[in-house]
Amino acid sequence: MSSTQTTRPDPGGDRAVIETGTKRAGDTVFRGTATGSGVLILLVLAAVAAFLVGEAVPAFTADPAEIEGERGLVAYVWPLLFGTVLAAVIALLVATPIAVGIALFISHYAPRRLAQGLGYLVDLLAAVPSIVYGIWGITVLSRWMIPVYGWLAEQLGFIPLFAGPASTTGRTILTAGLVLAVMILPIITALSRDVFLQTPRLHEEAALALGATRWEMVKYSVIPYGRSGVVSAAMLGLGRALGETMAVALVLSVSNVVTFNLVSSTNPSTIAANIALNFPEASGIDVNVLIASGLALFVITFLVNFAARWVVQRSGAKA
Amino acid sequence: MAKLIDVSDLNIYYGDFLAVESVTMTIEPRAVTALIGPSGCGKSTFLRSLNRMHEVIPGARVEGKVVMDGQDLYDKDVDPVSVRQHIGMVFQRPNPFPTMSIYDNVAAGVRLNAKRMSKSDLDDLVESSLRGANLWTEVKDRLGKPGLGLSGGQQQRLCIARAIAIRPSVLLMDEPCSALDPISTLAIEDLIGELKSEYTIVIVTHNMQQAARVSDRTGFFNLAGVGRPGHLVEIDDTSTIFSNPSQKSTEDYISGRFG
Amino acid sequence: MTTTTGPSPSPEAVAEIEQPMRQARLPRWTPWASLAAALVVALLVTAPGGRSLGGVVAITAIAHLVLIGVLSAVREGSRRAKDRIVTALVTIAFGLAMIPLVSVVWTVVGNGLARFDTTFFTWSMRGVVGEGGGALHAIWGTIIVTLIAALISVPVGLLAAVYLVEYGAGSRLAKAITFLVDVMTGIPSIVAGLFVAALFVIVVGPGTKLGIMGSLALAVLMIPTVVRSTEEMLKLVPNDLREAAYALGVPKWRTITKVVLRTSVSGIATGITLAIARVAGETAPLLVTLGITTGTNFNPFDGRMATLPVYAYYQYTQPGVPAEAGVERAWTAALVLIILVMALNLVARLISRLFAPKVGR
Repeated sequence: MSSTQTTRPDPGGDRAVIETGTKRAGDTVFRGTATGSGVLILLVLAAVAAFLVGEAVPAFTADPAEIEGERGLVAYVWPLLFGTVLAAVIALLVATPIAVGIALFISHYAPRRLAQGLGYLVDLLAAVPSIVYGIWGITVLSRWMIPVYGWLAEQLGFIPLFAGPASTTGRTILTAGLVLAVMILPIITALSRDVFLQTPRLHEEAALALGATRWEMVKYSVIPYGRSGVVSAAMLGLGRALGETMAVALVLSVSNVVTFNLVSSTNPSTIAANIALNFPEASGIDVNVLIASGLALFVITFLVNFAARWVVQRSGAKA
Repeated sequence: MAKLIDVSDLNIYYGDFLAVESVTMTIEPRAVTALIGPSGCGKSTFLRSLNRMHEVIPGARVEGKVVMDGQDLYDKDVDPVSVRQHIGMVFQRPNPFPTMSIYDNVAAGVRLNAKRMSKSDLDDLVESSLRGANLWTEVKDRLGKPGLGLSGGQQQRLCIARAIAIRPSVLLMDEPCSALDPISTLAIEDLIGELKSEYTIVIVTHNMQQAARVSDRTGFFNLAGVGRPGHLVEIDDTSTIFSNPSQKSTEDYISGRFG
Repeated sequence: MTTTTGPSPSPEAVAEIEQPMRQARLPRWTPWASLAAALVVALLVTAPGGRSLGGVVAITAIAHLVLIGVLSAVREGSRRAKDRIVTALVTIAFGLAMIPLVSVVWTVVGNGLARFDTTFFTWSMRGVVGEGGGALHAIWGTIIVTLIAALISVPVGLLAAVYLVEYGAGSRLAKAITFLVDVMTGIPSIVAGLFVAALFVIVVGPGTKLGIMGSLALAVLMIPTVVRSTEEMLKLVPNDLREAAYALGVPKWRTITKVVLRTSVSGIATGITLAIARVAGETAPLLVTLGITTGTNFNPFDGRMATLPVYAYYQYTQPGVPAEAGVERAWTAALVLIILVMALNLVARLISRLFAPKVGR
């Protein structure tokens, strides 16, 4: 081959022959560590499940008399499970419509220049630590709610939900549900806003070109497009509400009963709050019982999150 | 440095799909070989298989031989990474590294491979490569500025400088002018004419005038229909292909009757 | 309309469809006027004695909805009236969300400033029974525990994301990991704490409480967040850049470390900072794994460790005598926590704004 006439520095010398048989150690090692990290995540999750099950087993096999309340595991966990679901459902029912409203406000109603800043404000709600919400809930929100509960019990007492007697501290399951609603609001808002913003412009413009008002445009193009996204956002919010601990632990005044009465001072606790309140001082079989209840919580949140992903995937395949 | 490449009976696959069928050709050293043909005929795929860039796509594979210097590039002992150090490539859209300055972009081949080189040698390499890409006078005062600050045509010449800085034997160009304006295109075409004295150049182009202007030899790819593999119809001196092709389909394509 | 043989629309329907170009519209300031009027109504309806802020706001909102709806229906027709009511509704929804935000910030700042003094940042609770005392030990604890959690989860999360995007794309293992990372994002934080507690009960023995346990629990919560955000950022790196590096004869691992990660570093740093901000405020997993102490403990492998959120919890629920002093410390701890988390969020936004790569094409 010709030698070049230039005076360029030649970094590789005359590399006439392509290297053969070199296995790149760097590639193998890096690929190995990356794959290993992925596998580690699988192992951690498996370990979470395995250790929870392992430590929960003694509670399943224990003599019912040894378990707090002396009526066995199921009787112990059932009111907690009930309270967990009740508080989370209240949160979901309150937060979802408001979150959808806010998401629409930010995506389609607020002035363009302000929209992003207003979005940050809602995101800030997510940045407040749960312990702070707990202390706020017990000192501020509970007090706000006392007159409301009094009024509800007086005027709407014929509905079992508001049968009363009204709590004089405001520390009811409804207050806990409202605090949870505040906490899951930013999650549902952010996810709904994202799907609303993804509505194809063509759909929106088509509606406007037909002379639709802004609400009609939203109703006929944005909402149908974003419906499944909102459903999955709400379910992710539900998953978060089910597992939220400190706010409930602080706000709720607990008496471990099953009741739909939302405004009285006898309220079911939630699994997560019950663990937080009792685990630090627990010993012996009580630890296993609490871990067993934690396992139940893990399974429920797993199912809810799984369902949320499934909704997304199904609608994704359709689109 | 420039080398001859012998391709024999090359089949190129994406998974189970045969994209290019049975190509045999010789690519001459110190000459520009242009590959033309309608969209989807596999000319870019073929080009990427010459420096084993094709297999970067998951599931992509190749059967057949590509021999350079008596060495089959697809021999199972051959390291694809070192093949690419010998056969450089310039892409359709200029793609300088966004985090790097002009200087660092040209030095990327050396730096990213962690080769040791003294500062003054590296300075010389950057200067000679930028001169080689006809870009030195335009950027010598702002070597520390980001590569993305240059115009599209300058960015593409920066990418050429980056490619020749690793001192390859062969330079592959995949429609290097398709994203550029006519003046930048002219600058690149002039550059190609200068570079061929030192490198074997293979260029894929959609533009037949460009092929006629810059290349010494031209290969025409075609495909029998949608979903069928592309194949090499013929390869010959550019003047022959454009004036007196041996195949009817080549003549039809050249004269604009299809494609 | 021309005469047609088919069923023709009623004259009213036609009138409805054929709107004149110039339509009666309410002036632009109408919503504001309606709002002001609603406020007046609310103030009149509520008796001056039993007036509460909540009541006034609620009645103002309802009165505004009714007023704007009626005004618009009379002047602009029912379709526009609906539009205006919905506009008012979504605005009210936004305002509703601002109530807790403003109230939380207001009460935490208002109550927290009382003890926002040098003693708070220079004293621990060792030997403190009543007034005085601080949270130095808890601040150190939060920093140590969070830092170790980040040191564990950032490399794991980063490398796992690299595997998912650069190596595993489409493989069965990658799909399984993606799915389980999604599941992990939904793990309740208390369950992560329980897991680590259960692990140490088996490995070390019952009743173990260590700083490292808290870090591990936070890492379990942090890893999926880091994986998801890093994954998103890596996917944003144009494939052109990977190919450019490969074509220079750069091995894949160097391409990933020097080009792909280098290009997306600001986005990844933003994601990591947000993940740290999220776990720094976690209380529940720390409550069950590392407990609380009164003195400063720098060794995560030896004994309990105080952290800000747990400190705030115990100061509030077990304030001691006088109760005032403990509750005030709890508020100040909450304030410090909020400032810390907000600062991390701000840093994240700054990173993404200042160091964003100029990939835009």
